[in-house]
Amino acid sequence: MPEQTATRVLTCIQCGKCTGGCPESGKTPFNVRMLMRKTQFKSDIEESLPWYCTSCGACTIRCPRDVKPSEVVIELRAKLVEDGDIPLALQKALENTFVQKNPWGRSRNKRADWLEKLDFEVPHVSGTESKRLLFVCCIQAYDPRCMVIPVNVARLLKAGGMEFGVLGEEEACCGNEIRRIGESGLFEELQEENLGSFTEYGVQEIIALSPHCMNALKKEYGDTGIKVVHYTEVLAKMIAEGSLSFPGSFEKKVIYHDPCFLGKQNGIFDEPRAILKAVPGLELLEFSRSRETSLCCEGGGGRMFFEVESVYQRNAEVRVIDAGKRGAEIIAAACPFCVMTLEDPATEKGLVVKELSEILMEVL
Amino acid sequence: MDHSDKNVLVVGGGIGGITAALELASCGIKVTMLESGPSIGGRMIQLDKTFPTLDCSTCTLSPKMVEVALNHNIDLMSVSQITHMTRKGPGFLVGIKKNPRYVDQDKCTACGSCAEACVMKGRVPHEFNMLLGKRAAIYIPFPQAIPQKYLVDPERCLFVSRGKCKKACMDACETGAINFDDTGEEFEMYFDSIVLAPGFDVYDPTEKQELGYGTLPGVVTGLEFERICSVTGPTAGDILLDGKEPKRFYFIQCVGSRDRQSGARYCSRVCCMYTAKHACIVRERIKDAEIYISYIDVRAYGKGYDEFYKTTQENGALYIRGIPGEVVEGDGCLIVRVEDMLSGEMREIEADMVVLATGVRPRKTTGVLCDILSIDRDEYGFIKVDAVTPSLTNADGIFVCGMGSGPKDVPDTVASGGEAASRCMEYIAKGAGS
Ligand SMILES: Cc1cc2nc3c(=O)[nH]c(=O)nc-3n(C[C@H](O)[C@H](O)[C@H](O)COP(=O)(O)OP(=O)(O)OC[C@H]3O[C@@H](n4cnc5c(N)ncnc54)[C@H](O)[C@@H]3O)c2cc1C
Ligand code: SF4
Ligand code: SF4
Repeated sequence: MPEQTATRVLTCIQCGKCTGGCPESGKTPFNVRMLMRKTQFKSDIEESLPWYCTSCGACTIRCPRDVKPSEVVIELRAKLVEDGDIPLALQKALENTFVQKNPWGRSRNKRADWLEKLDFEVPHVSGTESKRLLFVCCIQAYDPRCMVIPVNVARLLKAGGMEFGVLGEEEACCGNEIRRIGESGLFEELQEENLGSFTEYGVQEIIALSPHCMNALKKEYGDTGIKVVHYTEVLAKMIAEGSLSFPGSFEKKVIYHDPCFLGKQNGIFDEPRAILKAVPGLELLEFSRSRETSLCCEGGGGRMFFEVESVYQRNAEVRVIDAGKRGAEIIAAACPFCVMTLEDPATEKGLVVKELSEILMEVL
Repeated sequence: MDHSDKNVLVVGGGIGGITAALELASCGIKVTMLESGPSIGGRMIQLDKTFPTLDCSTCTLSPKMVEVALNHNIDLMSVSQITHMTRKGPGFLVGIKKNPRYVDQDKCTACGSCAEACVMKGRVPHEFNMLLGKRAAIYIPFPQAIPQKYLVDPERCLFVSRGKCKKACMDACETGAINFDDTGEEFEMYFDSIVLAPGFDVYDPTEKQELGYGTLPGVVTGLEFERICSVTGPTAGDILLDGKEPKRFYFIQCVGSRDRQSGARYCSRVCCMYTAKHACIVRERIKDAEIYISYIDVRAYGKGYDEFYKTTQENGALYIRGIPGEVVEGDGCLIVRVEDMLSGEMREIEADMVVLATGVRPRKTTGVLCDILSIDRDEYGFIKVDAVTPSLTNADGIFVCGMGSGPKDVPDTVASGGEAASRCMEYIAKGAGS
């Protein structure tokens, strides 16, 4: 463990603020405060424990001593990765990312396939005047459920009259989850590769589709001088300025789920709501735990790539139950991971999960 | 030694400034007490009771405030501030601005007819009650206020702020004390020495969204809770929330203290004890109340304090080691999510009222004050003092006491007021000798 991290852990006062807000502590054998305590004493930590963390960031945002528990968890994982003591599925995700630059191991030259679903051409970013890049994200480039998101957002940006380009097959995984799994070496490689492309093509601005990519590009790629935003920020601005409007009507009760990497960790709460409020007919509802206290869907921190023991109730299910109680018909999210985790329990309970852009496409 | 030709300026009329002023005055020194608010008394007069004795705060402080008003050596200037200062030898030439009160202090009998008649009656959020409850635009902040006189709030008075009002107050006042032509006064005065006692503000926990302050009804700060408990408060001393008596109380300590996230790495010194006090007040008034207190460690230092903590526990307040991660909305109640560390269990505790023991911050205006006087402040904005002479500032002849230099409870503030007064006299005596 780096000396700086170890020193931070020594200042933990065991106040329990981290556990009190952690979506995993309590319901699973994981207890983040206890991990900090054991780390202080360099005691053995059962090797399954660090993998429960979803990297939601609540602990790090709130810790009064700035111990950054979620970062300590990453260090604990790093040690396990180094020793090869990690769940098989994660091992596979790392290898896949090393070879194909995406955790699912899909062929790199299929990364731009989603573009075929568009009825207009999207240029390579080098061919744009603005040098504005739409950063797609692995899951949205490959997963059949999520592929529609970049397609939608591309259409919406075009409708709003905004020029943008893509990197196509040259885009590599952003590495946000890879760093959180504890493979900082691989993360640095991905960062280097993407930064290389950004520099080569003179990228000035990045519109990230996934909050996870936005987080990495904005906060973990160092001082790049490139402006990074989430697509909801762009659309909200277009709507406010009048360059994007929705003639259709969407007469549904929609509840908005704040993704941890968009909300808690990057303070983007209002833009997605402003967008939904601009949809005619839509009634916007709120969870009892919303904004800063939004309950994590458990899709982050590598949890998307493997299953922890399923004896514990999924937070996604808790979320869906709450949505139902509040009278929602549709749960809207602005993150592909949230869409994926929420969808199963929602379908079971007769609710529908939609990514924000899917609602917008119905009224455009 | 005769000091009757000596003048000292005391800035701030809380318990710290009052202590220093009375001490100096008792030695024959002429004291000008400058208070920016409408009354002296500071935060202590906002408190219901004081730990660890549970004495009524007003009963302890009020006589001292009256003493200030009656003492011939003390000239009290309320709603006043310092505008500039130039050094003159060992002394100071200080510019003072007395803002208008719009009520003639010699004529006002504090009968209150004006406030009854004011068209803004019941419409202005009351600062003294931490904005809980409403007052009129002409008002007296609380019944025991010193000066014991009404005043006009220029920002909320329709006539002063917009030039348009039927001025019902003027008709109501039998002594003709109201004077809208009052423009206040500005002048310069010479002082041989200055004592600063600007006190403190409390941390605003709105930014800690996970605790629900400002978004969830029933989440209040410690100082708001003092007002809710106080007989001069918005509910006349009944502990009420929306007219109903809460039964389940959850107190959270260390909100904005010992906390890097809000930039205050220090302990505020008073919150552990005032929370224990709050628990005692609740137990006394609501016999069947459920009381929970979340703590990191209970700082009950010195004589009488740990004993007080134990009494609080005996009275059935459940101390939970662990700071809640979140306060969320439940079914007609608040839900506090907390790791009860000593049992190793995660708990979701239902509560009607959550009281945040918010920490201490320097008064917002202390920066301006210090800039005018060229006084150094520490990284948090408290006035910087000498390590072994805790009333000594970087400026020769300017002393500090009370919360202005860092967290202190009332006994410590009183001690520091005495220290500042004696250092001040020492300084004056030296000046007289040279
Ligand atoms: C919720 C709560 C409960 C508490 N309970 C207790 C308790 O039970 N027992 C206990 O011992 N302590 C208690 N305390 C602590 C106690 O309130 C303080 O120790 C005490 O009030 C400090 O007095 P002070 O004179 O230094 O400051 P203050 O009380 O803040 O007074 C400062 C005065 O200076 C004036 N002022 C400020 N700046 C200027 C300026 N530039 N020009 C002119 N005037 C100015 C202000 O208007 C104010 O009147 C409690 C504190 C809190 C927050
Ligand atoms: S919140 Fe920070 S200081 Fe408190 S127990 Fe967790 S890591 Fe330690
Ligand atoms: S990042 Fe989230 S899941 Fe991980 S330990 Fe912190 S609070 Fe728990």
